[in-house]
Amino acid sequence: MLAYLIRRLFAAVVMLVVIILVVFGIFFLVPKWAGVDIATSFVGKQADPASVEAVRQKLGLGDPVFVQAWEFFKGIFAGRTYSGGGDVTQCSAPCFGYSFRSEQAVWPVLTERFPVTLALALGAAVLWLIFGLAAGVLSALKRGTLWDRGAMVVALAGVSLPIYFTGLLSLAIFSHSLGWINAEFVPLDESFSGWFGGMILPWITLAFLYAAMYARITRATMMEILGEDYIRTARAKGLREQVVIRKHAMRSTLTPLLTMLGMDLGALMGGAILTETTFSLPGLGQKVLDAIQNQDLPFILGVVLITSLAVLIANLVVDVLYAVIDPRVRLA
Amino acid sequence: MTTQRTSGRRKQAMAAAAVVAALLTTAACGGGDSDSGGSKNGAAGFDAANNKVAQADLAKKGGELKFASTQDADSWDTTRGYYGFMWNFSRYYSRQLVTNTPAPGEKGAGVSPDLATDVAKVSDDGKTYTYTLRDGVTWEDGKPITSKDVKYGIERVWAQDVLSGGPTYLKEVLDPDGKYQGPYKDKSADKLGLKAIETPDDKTIVFKLPEANSDFEEMLALTSASPVRQDKDTKSKYGLHPFSSGPYKFESYNPGKDLTLVRNTEWKQDSDPVRKAYPDKITIKFFTNANELDQRLIAGDYDIDLAQTGLSPQGRTSALKEHKGNVDNPVSGYIRYAVFPQSVKPFDNIHCRKAVLYGADHVSLQTARGGPQAGGDIGTNMLPPAVPGSEGQKYDPYEMAGANKKGNVEKAKEELKACGHPNGFKTTIAVRNNKPVEVATAESMQASLKKVGIEVGIDQYDGSQTAGIIGSPTNVKKKGYGIIIMGWGPDFPSVQGYGLPLWNSNYILESGNNNYALIEDKEIDGLFEKYTTTLEDSGKADIAKQINHKVMEGAYYLPFVFEKFINWRSSRVANVYTSDGYSGMYDFVNIGLKSSSK
Amino acid sequence: MSELSKSGAAVGEPTGSASGSNAFLEVRDLKVHFPTDDGLVKSVDGLSFQLERGKTLGIVGESGSGKSVTSLGIMGLHTAGQYGRRKAQISGEIWLDGTELLSADADQVRKLRGRQMAMIFQDPLSALHPYYTIGQQIVEAYRIHHDVDKKTAKRRAVEMLDRVGIPQPDKRVDSYPHEFSGGMRQRAMIAMSLVNNPELLIADEPTTALDVTVQAQILDLIRDLQKEFGSAVIIITHDLGVVAELADDLLVMYGGRCVERGPAEKVFYEPRHPYTWGLLGSMPRLDRDQQERLTPVKGSPPSLINLPSGCAFNPRCPYADVPKDDVTRTVRPELTEIGSKHWAACHMSQEQRERIWTEEIAPKL
Repeated sequence: MLAYLIRRLFAAVVMLVVIILVVFGIFFLVPKWAGVDIATSFVGKQADPASVEAVRQKLGLGDPVFVQAWEFFKGIFAGRTYSGGGDVTQCSAPCFGYSFRSEQAVWPVLTERFPVTLALALGAAVLWLIFGLAAGVLSALKRGTLWDRGAMVVALAGVSLPIYFTGLLSLAIFSHSLGWINAEFVPLDESFSGWFGGMILPWITLAFLYAAMYARITRATMMEILGEDYIRTARAKGLREQVVIRKHAMRSTLTPLLTMLGMDLGALMGGAILTETTFSLPGLGQKVLDAIQNQDLPFILGVVLITSLAVLIANLVVDVLYAVIDPRVRLA
Repeated sequence: MTTQRTSGRRKQAMAAAAVVAALLTTAACGGGDSDSGGSKNGAAGFDAANNKVAQADLAKKGGELKFASTQDADSWDTTRGYYGFMWNFSRYYSRQLVTNTPAPGEKGAGVSPDLATDVAKVSDDGKTYTYTLRDGVTWEDGKPITSKDVKYGIERVWAQDVLSGGPTYLKEVLDPDGKYQGPYKDKSADKLGLKAIETPDDKTIVFKLPEANSDFEEMLALTSASPVRQDKDTKSKYGLHPFSSGPYKFESYNPGKDLTLVRNTEWKQDSDPVRKAYPDKITIKFFTNANELDQRLIAGDYDIDLAQTGLSPQGRTSALKEHKGNVDNPVSGYIRYAVFPQSVKPFDNIHCRKAVLYGADHVSLQTARGGPQAGGDIGTNMLPPAVPGSEGQKYDPYEMAGANKKGNVEKAKEELKACGHPNGFKTTIAVRNNKPVEVATAESMQASLKKVGIEVGIDQYDGSQTAGIIGSPTNVKKKGYGIIIMGWGPDFPSVQGYGLPLWNSNYILESGNNNYALIEDKEIDGLFEKYTTTLEDSGKADIAKQINHKVMEGAYYLPFVFEKFINWRSSRVANVYTSDGYSGMYDFVNIGLKSSSK
Repeated sequence: MSELSKSGAAVGEPTGSASGSNAFLEVRDLKVHFPTDDGLVKSVDGLSFQLERGKTLGIVGESGSGKSVTSLGIMGLHTAGQYGRRKAQISGEIWLDGTELLSADADQVRKLRGRQMAMIFQDPLSALHPYYTIGQQIVEAYRIHHDVDKKTAKRRAVEMLDRVGIPQPDKRVDSYPHEFSGGMRQRAMIAMSLVNNPELLIADEPTTALDVTVQAQILDLIRDLQKEFGSAVIIITHDLGVVAELADDLLVMYGGRCVERGPAEKVFYEPRHPYTWGLLGSMPRLDRDQQERLTPVKGSPPSLINLPSGCAFNPRCPYADVPKDDVTRTVRPELTEIGSKHWAACHMSQEQRERIWTEEIAPKL
C-alpha cells in the first residue's frame, strides 16, 4: 500500500512538471506562431512602437522562450522580480506569474478565488452524489417501470440542458420571480447564511447536470453488478436483499463512480465557468473568462496550472480511495 | 472614447436567447408600470435625462449610489484608463485643471475650469497656455494640490512602458519628438524635467507647445491630465488605489469584484465648481452575466450600469415595455461603419467603393444594428452628431437615409461599370467574431450586395486580436479584406479627437493601424493641420465639416448608424443627465439619490 | 406411485401427494420459464426427483440443459435476484424437509438459504466478492444465521478453512480472493457454504474452472465433507466423470427435461438413452489415449424457446430412425421405468437399446 502511494505520488509530481512545461509552451509559443503580439494589447490605441517595445521588454516577451520558461519555473519556488521603465514589481514565491493588466500577482488571486470554486464544486458534488446515486440505484432496482423511465427522462434532460439555461431559469424563478433566494454571492467570512443562500442555486444548477449523469451511470453499473456471480453468492448465503444491495452491490458500483468523481471534481476547478458566470460567483471560472476577454495571459496560465494541479490531486485522492475500496488495485 | 462595447456580454446574451421568454415573463410579474412620464414609482420618464437634467431638485445629500457592471475599468489609474466610463467615473476621485462642463447634452462637451480658476489664458500664437490653481484644493490627506502635482501627473503619460494603456495626446502635443523619458527615468532631483511645462510657483502652471493645437485644452480635460502626487505614486500599481484629489476616495477595490468609494472629508465643496457630490458612498459591483446584471438593474437592486453600453436585447425589451420611465435613448457618439482598404483591389477604385455605398440596403443594416432605438439613426456621413461641425443626417451625399435607403441597384451598377467591373466582383468582409451584431450587419451587406453582382465572403476573426489582424495593413492586403466592419467614437468631441487616427496619412501604422482605408489625402492632412492652429470655435467647426465632406466624397466609408443605445437609470436617482462630453453617458459625478436612506 | 428405498437411493416418480413429501428433498414437476423478447424460454420444463439425506445426486447435461437453473430454482435465487418487470415464471413444488419452498414466504426461504441449503459455484473467483477478505465473507455467511460476535465467527471461519485444507488458515483468513490460487479459492468457497452445516449442498460445476489435478482434490474434499456432515449433495456437471465415483444417483437432463435417471451404476453401465451414450462417449478417461477419447455429442443443444417436436433429442440422435412411423419426430417419449429405479425417455424398444448399447456403443468406450 505504501509503495503504491509513493509510486502514485511520484508519478503525480512528474506529471505536474510536464504539465507546467506543456502549458507554458502552449501559452508562449502559440501566440508567437500565430503572429499575435501580446504587447500591443497592453498599450493604448495610438501608442507608438517604442512604447509597445518597452511593454514587451517589461513582460519579458522579448526573451527566448526557454529563458521565459526557466524564469517562470524559478518564480514558482523562489519568487521573481519584474522590472522595466524604472518600475520594479515584486512577485513573491510561489509566483505563478504577474498580471500587468490588473497589476496583481496571479497566485494570491487564485488562492482567493479557489475556495469559491472548491465550495461550489464540493457542495454540488455532495448534492449530485446523493441524488444521482439514489435515483440511479432506484432506477436499476425498478428497471422498466414508470419510475425508471421517468427518472431517466429527467436525467436525459439534465445532461442535455445547458447550464446557462437551467441556471438562468432557476434564477428567474427562485430569485427574481418568487424571491425565495437572494442569489447574490456573499463571502463566507461575512455571513454563513448569506453565503449558503447565495450558493444554493449554483449548487443545484451544477448538481442537476451531474446528478443526471451520475444517475445514468449508477443505473447502468448497478444493473451490471447485480448480474455478477458474487451477488448471487451473497444471496445464496441468505443475506437480506437490502444488505446485498447496500454492502455488496453498492461497493462495487462506487468504483467507476469514484473515478468519474475524481475527474469531474478536478475538471470543475476550471470548468465551473458557466455556473460562475451565470451566478456571478467570484471563482476561478469567472476569472479565467475575464482573463480570456482581457487577454490576461498570466492569469490564464495560472488558472490552467492550478486546474491541472487540482485534477492531479483529485486523481491522486481517487487512486488512494480506489486502493482502499478495491484491494486488487494495491498490487498494481 | 474606446468604451469596450463588450464582446462577452453580447455573446452570452445571444446564447441565452432561449431563456428570454422566461425572463421576460418573470420581469413582467415584478414591475408593471409602463409609464413614460413622471410616475408613481418616481422614475423621471422616457428620455427625461437625455440632453436635459431629470429631477434636479429631488437630489439629496447622502445615501449609497450603486453602480453595477460586467466590465471593470482597464485601469483606475488616471494615466492608464482609456475606457469611456473610466474617464467619466474617475472624476469622483480625480480633478483636472479643466474638465468637461457638468451640463447636459451639447454643453457637456464644453470645457470648464476645475482645479484652475478659469480656462486657459492662451497666448496669441496659440502656443502658451497658462492656468492658476484655485485656493483650498486638497489631496485626501489635506495637503494642497500644487502645480507641481499637476505637472507630475501629466509627466506620467511619458512613462508608457510602465503606465501603458491610456491616451497619449498630451505627449504628442507637448513633446512630439519624444525627448523626455518620463518621470521614472528623469535624472533631475524633483523628477519634473519636462521642459514643455513650467511651474513658476505652486499656483501657476504654464504649458509651452512646440506647435499650436486648438484642441489642447480638450486634451487637458482628459483624465490623463489629472494631478498625481509624487510621494503617493505607486507606479504600475497606482490604479489599485489612486490617491484622491476629488470628493471621494478609494475605500476598497477588488479587481473584477467590487469597488467602494467613500467621501474624501478633506475635499471642500466651495473649492469645486463642477462636482455636486451628493451620495455619501459610491459602490460598483461587477457581474459576469449581462442578463443577470440587467435583471438586477430593472429589479432596482442597482442604480446605474457603469459601462454605459446600454441594456442587452432581453433587458431592453423588458425595460421598454414595463419600465419605460426609467430609460433614456441617447446618441452614443459612436458611428458604426464599413471601411474599404484601398490596398485591396478593386477598392483602389472609387467607383467600386461607391457601388457598395449604393448597393447596400441601409434600412436592413440599421435593423441589423438593432433598429432606430437600440441601433440608431441611419448614418449618412462620418462625423458623430456630438462633434462640432456635424450636420447629422442633413449631410447625406449618397442619400443613404433618403432615396437610396433601401439600396439603389441601378446606380450601383452604373458605378460598377465605371469601375470596370460591370458584372460585379468578389471580395471579403472582415468582422469580429465576438460581436454578433457586427456579424449580422456583415450578413445584411452580403445579401444586398449580391443583388448588384458583388459576391461577398465573410471572414470572422478573433475579435480580441483586432489590433494585430486588421490593424496590420500588410495582413489586410494579404487576406484580401476589401471591407472591414468597425465602429469608432471620439476621445474628445472634436474632429481631431475623432478622425485624426482614422483619416490622417501620418496615422497609417504597420501594427495597431486605425486608418484602415489607408487614406493619404494631402487635402485632409492639410485640413487637420489647419484645424490645430485655428483657435476660434466656428472656424474649427467649419474645418471639421470640410474634413467630413472630403472623407465622404472619397467614398472610403459606408456608415451604418449614428449609434444610439438604451440606458437605464433607477427610480432612486435624481439630477441625471446625459453628456456629449462622455458620448451620451450619464454624467456620473453629479448623480444624486432622492433619499439618503439605504 | 413409486417405492422409496429406505436406504436412500432415492430417484423415483413423485409421490403424488399434494399435502407433503416424506423425502428430504423432493422436486415435483418443476417448471422454470423466462419471458424474453424472442419468446418464452423454457429452461426447466417439468422436472421431478427426490433426494435423501447423506446421498449424492448428480445432475448431468450440456450447458443450457437446465441443470443450473434447477439448482438456482431450489435455492430460490430466481426470484430473489429479480428486478424490473420481467420475472421468471416458476411452478411445481419443491419440498425441503417438509417445507414447500415455492409457496413459502420469501423471507422464510431466505432464512433457509445458507443455513439448510448451501451452494458452491463454478468459478470461485467471480463468485467471491473481490473487495472483501475470505474471512469477512465467511464470517458474514455465519453471522446471518448465528447470533454470535465477530470474534467467534472468525474463529469458526479459521476452523472451516482449516477443515477444507487451507494451510495457515489463521493467516489466510485475512487474504483477499485474488490472493488465492484457483483450488484454494474453491476450498474457501466450500468452507463458506459449509460454515452453517447445511443439510443440502448444491455444487454447481464445482471443478470446471480448476486444473485437472485440483479437480480430484476438490471432489475428494466434497465426498469427505459429505460423510462428515451427513448432508445431501447435488452435484451439477456436464462431465459424467466428475460424478462417476461420487454420485449415488444420476439424472441426465436434456432441453430442460429429464431423459434418464437411476442409480449411478445403472446409468453408467446400462445406460438406456442415446444422449447418455453420447455423454459417456465424451467423458475423459485416464486409461485412454488423448486423441480418441473425446467424442462429443454431435450437433448443438436445442433452442429452449422452440424445442424440436417429438423427442427433443431427435435432430442429434443417430438412432432417430430406428423406431417406426417417424414417431421420434412427432411424439414426445415419456419417462418409463426400464429397470429397478431406472427411468429413461426413448422411443426405441428396450431390446433395440440393449442391443445397440452392447454391440455398438460399449465396445468403443
